[in-house]
Amino acid sequence: MFDLGLLLTLYPPAKRGTMNTEPLAIEARNLRKSYGDDTVLDGIDIAVPRGGIYALLGPNGAGKTTTVNILSTLIDADGGEARIGGRDVSAEADRVREQIGVTGQFAAIDDLLTGTENLRLMGRLHHLDRSESRSRAERLLEEFDLVDAAARRPSTYSGGMRRRLDLAMSLMGDPRVIFLDEPTTGLDPRSRRTMWTIIRELAAEGVTIFLTTQYLEEADELADRIAVLDGGRIVAEGTADELKRLIPGGHLSLRLNRDDQIEAAAELLGATATDPEQLTVQVPGDGSVDSLRSLIERLDRASIEVDELTVHTPDLDDVFLALTERPENRKESVR
Amino acid sequence: MTTMTYALPDSMTMLRRQLKHMLRYPSLTLQLLMMPILFLLLFVYVFGGTLGDGIGGPSGGRSAYLDYVAPGILLMTIASAVMGTSISVAMDMTEGIIDRFRTMAIARVSVLTGHVLGSMVQIFICTAAVLGVAIAVGYRPQAGVADWLALIGAFALIAFALTWLTVAAGISAKSVETASNTPMPLVFLPFIGSGFVPTESMPGWMQWFADYQPFTPYIEVTRGLLSGTGVEQSDVVLTFAWSIAIALFGYTAARIKFNRR
Ligand SMILES: Nc1ncnc2c1ncn2[C@@H]1O[C@H](COP(=O)(O)OP(=O)(O)OP(=O)(O)O)[C@@H](O)[C@H]1O
Ligand SMILES: [Mg+2]
Repeated sequence: MFDLGLLLTLYPPAKRGTMNTEPLAIEARNLRKSYGDDTVLDGIDIAVPRGGIYALLGPNGAGKTTTVNILSTLIDADGGEARIGGRDVSAEADRVREQIGVTGQFAAIDDLLTGTENLRLMGRLHHLDRSESRSRAERLLEEFDLVDAAARRPSTYSGGMRRRLDLAMSLMGDPRVIFLDEPTTGLDPRSRRTMWTIIRELAAEGVTIFLTTQYLEEADELADRIAVLDGGRIVAEGTADELKRLIPGGHLSLRLNRDDQIEAAAELLGATATDPEQLTVQVPGDGSVDSLRSLIERLDRASIEVDELTVHTPDLDDVFLALTERPENRKESVR
Repeated sequence: MTTMTYALPDSMTMLRRQLKHMLRYPSLTLQLLMMPILFLLLFVYVFGGTLGDGIGGPSGGRSAYLDYVAPGILLMTIASAVMGTSISVAMDMTEGIIDRFRTMAIARVSVLTGHVLGSMVQIFICTAAVLGVAIAVGYRPQAGVADWLALIGAFALIAFALTWLTVAAGISAKSVETASNTPMPLVFLPFIGSGFVPTESMPGWMQWFADYQPFTPYIEVTRGLLSGTGVEQSDVVLTFAWSIAIALFGYTAARIKFNRR
């Protein structure tokens, strides 16, 4: 076994390339972007190893698309640097473009061409030879369940089909890094699951995936690492579990039968909030069977009558409320 | 190694895309043809008798005017077609696929050259159609083989220059409406030139403008070639000079606008 710390001192990061150490698939340091007075990205750092799935989670206007646009060479950052597979996104844009596939937030397909023609157009632009282009297009149409629609124009497709064609187009060039900007927004649960399966399969093939989403559940399902973007900063970063531990959003809500028991119940269970009008009491808890059993036992022993019990698991609202309420994360400037 | 190596194949790919668009959306091409054909019929059948007498003297009349006006109408056809370029570029720029092209390792300029080449094809189709209508109503060009070849060359040069200009207009336009309005003056330039009446018949200041604006040499070269009477050297020089200047300006503006975002 070798000592990684020692190795790093002997071969500082700048020289690691010579050591056959693979560069990170995606690496961004202190990225900044403003539009006029509006600071959209206020110095963000990203590191994604090869083959990883990284989710950028954030509400509308958080800067997710802006981040994707910078990393995929569509726009330039105002400050900081970003590298894809070790290549600088602004100085070596074409080297970066050779490695990436981008499925933007809004469909990037040609509505006047058929599904097949859209894929073949990509094949030609990737300079594949004819037969390679044809077989790749056929394979993707099959994998993405678009065979029947292949000869039709995408304007006749459903939202889910358009999304799949869009992603298929990004894959024609066999990219090593894929950017997916809100890949499942607007899809029904079944289409969403199909998309998740596709994404997982890509990752299993060693493709690095950078996705943005507004749904914690999606990030939880797919990503190795999740970053929460808010107010131009990454306010939390880690695995799904690490992140959930940061979020005190899980709680149980009890609706009682009698209003004279509210205080007693609140005291007994350490309630965080009560609502005498609705007869509800909020109690912190994750809704695990054990905790529910003990909760009910305690209520029984105290003869408190409960009409209804609801479990709230943390959702995006909780994440943001929790993470943005802390003063150090609050935006200084008020627009 | 650079993506510029791919400028030619990528441009051909984009040309293919444009040709497919044209086939799938033929109404735009038809719309572009309407105006020059209407003007042709209007000027020949309504004004032709009188204007022909004014131009051709005693031997004038409708057929003399048809001979005179056909080259002007052909140039008007080119102007009308490049207006279509501006519209289709502006429409294309609103499509998400343009952003996809920007994230691919292709020669970026090919998105634009695809439009230019596609429009040139469209222009040749349109001018051939309008020429066909002119012949159908009695126009008889006297051009020899060499004249025809020279005319094709001249049209290619003019079309190339004007499409680069309107590609730039289409990219710069904030909306599709603006894109269709900006190149509108081009369609009227044949009127303030030698397209419909000789410039000598205009007041002095207007004549000065009419003689030197690009469409007068374009029309004179076309007229000379189609009538088989030869062309003035000064018109050839002006045709080249204007075309090169317009093409350079259009190309530069289009590239700058396309790269900025
Ligand atoms: N071209 C632009 N000009 C001015 N402001 C812009 C521009 N692009 C983005 N912005 C601003 O940057 C902020 C972040 O936008 P961005 O599209 O990155 O958000 P997002 O996280 O992708 O949001 P959504 O979930 O709605 O897609 C927004 O306030 C937006 O108004
Ligand atoms: Mg977005």
